Amino acid sequence: MATMIVRSTETLPIRAEADVVMVRQKARAVATEAGLGLVDVTKLVTATSELARNALIYGGGGTALIESLQDGIRKGVRLTFEDQGPGIPDIEKAMTDGYTSGSGMGLGLSGAKRLSNDFSIHSVVGQGTRVMIARWK
Amino acid sequence: MIGGEAGKMALYQAVLDNEKALLDEWVKEQIGAFSRQGAIRETELRQQCETFLRLFVQAIRDGNTTDLRTPEWEAVLRFLSDVSSSRGEQGFSPSETATFVFSFKRPLFTALGKAHQDDGKALADAVWEATAILDRLGLHTMDVYLKTRETIIARQQEDMLELSTPVVSLAEGILALPVIGTLDSARTQVVMESLLQRIVETGSTQAIIDITGVPTVDTLVAQHLLKTVTAARLMGADCLISGIRPQIAQTIVHLGVELGNVTTKATLASAFAVALDRQGMKIVRSKPQA
Repeated sequence: MATMIVRSTETLPIRAEADVVMVRQKARAVATEAGLGLVDVTKLVTATSELARNALIYGGGGTALIESLQDGIRKGVRLTFEDQGPGIPDIEKAMTDGYTSGSGMGLGLSGAKRLSNDFSIHSVVGQGTRVMIARWK
Repeated sequence: MIGGEAGKMALYQAVLDNEKALLDEWVKEQIGAFSRQGAIRETELRQQCETFLRLFVQAIRDGNTTDLRTPEWEAVLRFLSDVSSSRGEQGFSPSETATFVFSFKRPLFTALGKAHQDDGKALADAVWEATAILDRLGLHTMDVYLKTRETIIARQQEDMLELSTPVVSLAEGILALPVIGTLDSARTQVVMESLLQRIVETGSTQAIIDITGVPTVDTLVAQHLLKTVTAARLMGADCLISGIRPQIAQTIVHLGVELGNVTTKATLASAFAVALDRQGMKIVRSKPQA
């Protein structure tokens, strides 16, 4: 198997609502540049929007790492959202459709997973949460 | 210790003795530094430099050079604020704006060097004193410049909030709200309020929210839309959502958002046709097609 190459990388802060818009725009630009189709770009950007907002609202702000990837002939985009918030005590519950600890629809996390090809979540109570998603061409 | 009272006096004397030469050199320095030809008129620039030199000399003579927050420096700082904010508004770059103060260093140091050719200690004192003052003045211009730009950005954001929410009347009893751009909390509030307000004013019973111009529909946007639809319904108006493009439709499905019993259409035209029908109206051709 060919090794995966990271073609470009960029870290953006998520501290305010306007930063969520910035992350979304950057994700759209990187995904378009990687050659993803309109539907794939829209899915990735929507998942990005959910996770960036989660990091802001539930994590009290954090960072988004956007990477453009090349795996053999496959091109893709990977985003990693990190916050130093309270963490998620029960990930299984948080991933359930319709469950929210806040005032949203409770579809952000599970929706983001369905909108991505790869999805992983790691959370430690009291330390923070890291969510990684990727979408391939 | 370097600097101090001796440095201050040396600086004062050097500026006073070389005023004309300093001015010429300084203006020349800046003209060279501007990237755009004719970005600023030479006469205007010269006048700015003259005023600065006059205020600067006064401030050194009367004031305390270690603390620029004292009243003696007020006139200098105010003048620099004016220069900086006018440059900020005219679209000068940050470095072009900071150049005003920093480009004064070379002519000034040259003059100081001439005045203290044989006395290294005096020269060092004077140069240190000058650097300390000019650096702080330069930072001050940057602070003002940034504030000016921030004011412009804030004003534009407000303009956009106002601009982006026109509720238009399409026919008797039918309103349309074409939403363009990002639907985040601040804007959604304005959008929702203006729609509900217009429903009351016009007594409309059909409202079409067109999201063709919204690039991303995530759960927050969906939630805002559903809330608006529910509120409109409570006021006796039926809402239709139009402008659902194929990629948005697919995304909404994957997100798992249920739009429930809201009527949605791909285009504003088809939503308008539904609204007309509900009002018991239709559009007919008055002449045969050419």
